[in-house]
Amino acid sequence: MSETRDTIVLRGRKVVGGVTEGEAFVTRDTVSGWGGIDARTGTITETLHDKVGHSFAGKVLVFPGAKGSSGWSHYFHAARLMSTAPAAMLFTVMTTKVALGAVVTRVPAMTDFDRDPFEAIEDGDWIRVDADAGLVEISKTRNPRR
Amino acid sequence: MRLSDAEKAMLDGDAGPAKARAMDLLLRYGEALGADRLIEVSHVAGTWSSTTPFVQADLPEADDFDTIFSRFNLDSDITVETPRAVVPTCQLIHGIDTRNHAAQGFSDAQAALQRKSEHFFGSRGVQWCSTCTPYQVGHVPLKGQHVAWMESSAVVYANAVIGARTNVEGRESTGAASITGRIPYFGLHVPENRVATHRVDVEIPVRTMRDWGLLGYAVGSMVQEEIPVLCGIDALPRPEWLKHFGAAAASSGGVEMYHIPGVTPEAASADEALGGTAPRHVHRYGAAERRRAWDRLNGANTRDDVNFVMLGCPHNSSDQMWRIAELLEGRRVHGSVALWVHTPRQIRHLCDESGVTGTIERAGALVMSDSCPAINRMTPQGTQVIATDSCKQAHYLPAITGYQTWFGSLEDCIDAAITGRFRGSPE
Repeated sequence: MSETRDTIVLRGRKVVGGVTEGEAFVTRDTVSGWGGIDARTGTITETLHDKVGHSFAGKVLVFPGAKGSSGWSHYFHAARLMSTAPAAMLFTVMTTKVALGAVVTRVPAMTDFDRDPFEAIEDGDWIRVDADAGLVEISKTRNPRR
Repeated sequence: MRLSDAEKAMLDGDAGPAKARAMDLLLRYGEALGADRLIEVSHVAGTWSSTTPFVQADLPEADDFDTIFSRFNLDSDITVETPRAVVPTCQLIHGIDTRNHAAQGFSDAQAALQRKSEHFFGSRGVQWCSTCTPYQVGHVPLKGQHVAWMESSAVVYANAVIGARTNVEGRESTGAASITGRIPYFGLHVPENRVATHRVDVEIPVRTMRDWGLLGYAVGSMVQEEIPVLCGIDALPRPEWLKHFGAAAASSGGVEMYHIPGVTPEAASADEALGGTAPRHVHRYGAAERRRAWDRLNGANTRDDVNFVMLGCPHNSSDQMWRIAELLEGRRVHGSVALWVHTPRQIRHLCDESGVTGTIERAGALVMSDSCPAINRMTPQGTQVIATDSCKQAHYLPAITGYQTWFGSLEDCIDAAITGRFRGSPE
């Protein structure tokens, strides 16, 4: 991957390996598992969250990390079993909750980026995640909403 | 990750397929964290709960506990036989109180399945303490011991009050830890990560459970996931007050560790708590901060006609049960109010045998175990307005149930149960 006029490449550390692509779902709010998502639909349910009512199912979830109950991994585990999990997870703050959650969700996941993903990635960008190579390619031109 | 020979042997299947799956999960989890090794743990507190719709979905048989264990406690697609736990292991709070399941809205069949699961996992070494407070019923590690615990309020108590070492673990990692005796060496297992980063100067007296709850709720908002040292605490708290402080701080923030010089075991002074370095931030807690915590919990409530009062989050200690019985002696809960009092099943048994359950239930309340409304999402029929003496429960119940929830002192909550009106105040 190399940067062009319409793409940005982030480098980071693999949390869970794999390669995938999808539309970006970006929130600067941390996400609760138990009491914060509806695993049947992949929807954020926390009332004061900036994405309340929106679903991350099949999208590349870009978020600071996990908060709340130790049930975090169990609820994302359930989302995987109900096919509502995100396609990938990109986050900035490492905790046991988000690490175990990413592992049992079994989707490509990365952290420790060389630049701020919240500056580089916007909702709707098309994201290719190659966690094995530690690369995230952000495409602005393939954003279907633009 | 570097594995020991014993850990490699488990991964290779020398100790059976379940331990191989457990080591595979711990390896994936440790690599995700960026940990370089595992550490031996001497105690595990997790969940083997087998009756929720999530866990029951797509099962060949409702009582296929090996499949439940494989899927949800080991993250294994292959069903393996559940081996015995290799370290002392206890079950935390779960959904169904098998004595009061009808009041909670569960069927006899669900309660029977719950009992069957307790026997299945019990025979494999899991002690069904069924409480968010294992430390109140005999599961008390020593200072410095590495353990693997779930349940945010228990984790912060284990780290801060007991001086044991654990991160906030999850269902899968505690399942794997129980049969391997291992967890990734990361976070609060590492001594240098246990020092305070933030100082909170407490400028007002903190003397009651309500005071400690509000302080915890304020401190969680101030420091989020960081480690505070509380300065200015001038009266020794009771264990129950620290239980409420930690539960509140782990709800409004993600506090997993704190220090109170002279009280908690890892710091005799603020300087020692901070590891000899300057705090990254200094916060103050005065009358305005206390009032703000009260308003965050209660400010949106518009109705005072309470019809459900919930006590015992985290689960009540025996002292708290005796105090509730004292307050209810000879009184009668209002006809339109349900009062549920939650305590671990071991303490309920103690209360049964000591006449305390009788005193509480003669007043029209119900003594419950094993569960709470935030965990099982069950409230009494007709609930519209709730009162509780727990900041944690007051934090979660509006989002979980949609009902207005008042936080108040134990005495304010008992008064609400007797009169049907919440008349509590922050002072």
